[in-house]
Amino acid sequence: MGRNREVPEINSGSMADIAFLLLIFFLVATTVQNDKGLIRKLPQKQNETLIDINERNVFRVVLNKENQLMVEGELLQIENLEEEVVNFLDNGGETGKCDYCMGSKSKDLSDSPSDAVISFKSDRKALYGKYVEVQDKFTKAYRILRSRESSRLYGMDFKSLEEEYAKPETTQEMREILKERIKTIREMYPMQISESELIFKS
Amino acid sequence: MRKTKKRIPSVSTASLPDIVFMLLFFFMTVTTIKDTEMLVENKLPEATELSELDKKDRIIEIFVGKPTAKYSNVLGTEPKIQLNKKLFNIEDVRTYVLSELAKKPEGIRNLVTVSLKIDENVHVGLVSDIKKELQDVNLLKINYAAIQGNYTSVLD
Repeated sequence: MGRNREVPEINSGSMADIAFLLLIFFLVATTVQNDKGLIRKLPQKQNETLIDINERNVFRVVLNKENQLMVEGELLQIENLEEEVVNFLDNGGETGKCDYCMGSKSKDLSDSPSDAVISFKSDRKALYGKYVEVQDKFTKAYRILRSRESSRLYGMDFKSLEEEYAKPETTQEMREILKERIKTIREMYPMQISESELIFKS
Repeated sequence: MRKTKKRIPSVSTASLPDIVFMLLFFFMTVTTIKDTEMLVENKLPEATELSELDKKDRIIEIFVGKPTAKYSNVLGTEPKIQLNKKLFNIEDVRTYVLSELAKKPEGIRNLVTVSLKIDENVHVGLVSDIKKELQDVNLLKINYAAIQGNYTSVLD
């Protein structure tokens, strides 16, 4: 008998259709992960903050309910905020305390980045979007200064330093070095943003 | 003279399933399934200096915003706090956050970040109330969730 020995092939023509169907299902049912933001650390719970710092080491930023910005007692457009913050942080008013600072060494601005504190108060009626924008400007100012120092010392900006550290293929020894570098840069310009009421000792 | 072939050879579609599967796997890996239905409006503010967050299992999310159009006639237009799939009052934030924290494995509890996904039109007062609640339960790592981009003009 002339029987066909070969196993008949399965028609795979509809495979593409099946795959497309699955693909469309996933496109509809899922979202791209959007977990980005400005990371902050809240202070420990305290009833009041009593600090012993010089008035010129405090940079006061106030956001009012009309979403206007007041910086050191004067109205300021938000576009100029980051520049003002950089000037304040990088001032290096006290000689010898910050030899990498490139500021104007003004008497009215901070002694050194580690003394400098940004005090940010916002009205309860202010919009959160504006609040984040101001926080973003602060972050940007710190990032500019940190990147400048990191490029000078290690030849790469601060962001790539952090990215290199987070990469899975970085070796353990390299990671140790990078960790040390990140720490050094962070200590050069420590982020000190206070949102509580500052009470002066004097 | 030889007779030339008139018909154009058809393009082989044999590799089409492979291509589509590749796309499928790509989307399966980069996306996550929507697990929470949004009861509140959640237009995140835009910012430029964003950093990536840790793994998803180390995050507790808090959504704040006005109730969406679907619910606004029941819930009003005042901003509300959404935790998981329900709306809560400010006093309940602390209980919720602690119970979420208890669900995490012990090893990562001190690495947990609270991601504040807050609509840009919410007032700062409510945000600082939430931060106060978090301070009270000693959860200090927070994240102001935002999307990459230029600032919106709505605010000016």
